[in-house]
Amino acid sequence: DSQEKDKGISLERAEEAKLKAKYPNLGQKPGGSDFLMKRLQKGQKYFDSGDYNMAKAKMKNKQLPSAGPDKNLVTGDHIPTPQDLPQRKSSLVTSKLAG
Amino acid sequence: NKTQSHSRGEYNVYSTFQSHEPEFDYLKSLEIEEKINKIRWLPQKNAAQFLLSTNDKTIKLWKISERDKRPEGYNLKEEDGRYRDPTTVTTLRVPVFRPMDLMVEASPRRIFANAHTYHINSISINSDYETYLSADDLRINLWHLEITDRSFNIVDIKPANMEELTEVITAAEFHPNSCSTFVYSSSKGTIRLCDMRASALCDRHSKLFEEPEDPSNRSFFSEIISSISDVKFSHSGRYMMTRDYLSVKIWDLNMENRPVETYQVHEYLRSKLCSLYENDCIFDKFECCWNGSDRQVEFLSLIVMTGSYNNFFRMFDRNTKRDITLEASRENNKPRTVLKPRKVCASGKRKKDEISVDSLDFNKKILHTAWHPKENIIAVATTNNLYIFQDKMN
Repeated sequence: DSQEKDKGISLERAEEAKLKAKYPNLGQKPGGSDFLMKRLQKGQKYFDSGDYNMAKAKMKNKQLPSAGPDKNLVTGDHIPTPQDLPQRKSSLVTSKLAG
Repeated sequence: NKTQSHSRGEYNVYSTFQSHEPEFDYLKSLEIEEKINKIRWLPQKNAAQFLLSTNDKTIKLWKISERDKRPEGYNLKEEDGRYRDPTTVTTLRVPVFRPMDLMVEASPRRIFANAHTYHINSISINSDYETYLSADDLRINLWHLEITDRSFNIVDIKPANMEELTEVITAAEFHPNSCSTFVYSSSKGTIRLCDMRASALCDRHSKLFEEPEDPSNRSFFSEIISSISDVKFSHSGRYMMTRDYLSVKIWDLNMENRPVETYQVHEYLRSKLCSLYENDCIFDKFECCWNGSDRQVEFLSLIVMTGSYNNFFRMFDRNTKRDITLEASRENNKPRTVLKPRKVCASGKRKKDEISVDSLDFNKKILHTAWHPKENIIAVATTNNLYIFQDKMN
């Protein structure tokens, strides 16, 4: 049983070496704070609800253009809605593969 | 099975309803997905079925009821609902119930909202049939099924300084018989058993189940693959089973320092951890389940079932120590034929009918399986389909 465990660990270490060869800046603590913080922050989008609600109120009086076919373009010309916004990665937490 | 006198019919869709809608939390700029994370049935008390379903933030109690008759023969209403002119009514009759096509209605009876800052991963109904718990990454709350505006926090592992966060709650379940006992698992592979009689806030565990690890035997992946994705008590409550990325472990509640049994689900993936990390599969959360208690093995938890990749699922027999790999796919199995056992070739020469690790499809994952509470019928969920299998009839 301990032989199997040794074999298991050496396989894992080989895989770890592969990963570090590809991403030399990989963080030292994989299961640590960064990784968990990213998990806790799933679903974050930055969105100005003030703009959205004001634009919605104006819609009652005049026709404002809504999001065009290019949903990635969110500028001042049309009403932003939560659905139009791409998922934004928090700037506080970097990708698990970056340094 | 000679004692079975009835024949098993086929399963058909009974009811379809939208449980949750997508929401946007404006205050926190958080998108709340409508995706259901867990469903739990309540024990049946009357003709209707009740279930709890939860997304990341809100738990709902649904009542599913059948209507198979309707009243006919009103005096003041036509059959289509229009009101009759009372002056045209010359005789009276007694309305009667007549059969109609079965209609299944789902209605939300309770909505339990605004109690979780983080994402709900588990719900579990207590054996008192009055309360239930809901668990998110850092907290566990206790609810009463009748009360939606209040819940009690029973576990809080949020550190004062979030920089010190080292582990999160991954699953939680009430003990099947002891209504003050529950367990919760963590991303570090530990399980804590708590007793609500000890204190209002169960931050200090009564038991801590953890398999010791030699610190020199750790790799970059050790903690990630030790994260427990599911925990399930056995029917008697004497044992519990945990699922981590590569194995299923059975724990005796009387022994905290190591599991009594360990079953390897797909050990061959250990040599693929690098690419499984890159494609995020290493974070997949597989569930596990026990056999139901049929006539012959009442209240014994003898068989473990769990999913894997390539639409494979595995079963382990605790008595015989035998295991089997089966596949849930239409191409490879005709209806009503016996499933052929599958085998993955880890390395070396691949035998005929074996599948090599490199040709496994990691997009075809079976995360959810369920066993009928009383019969040997199982439900296996692939990405887009639900399969129902039963053991072969003699």
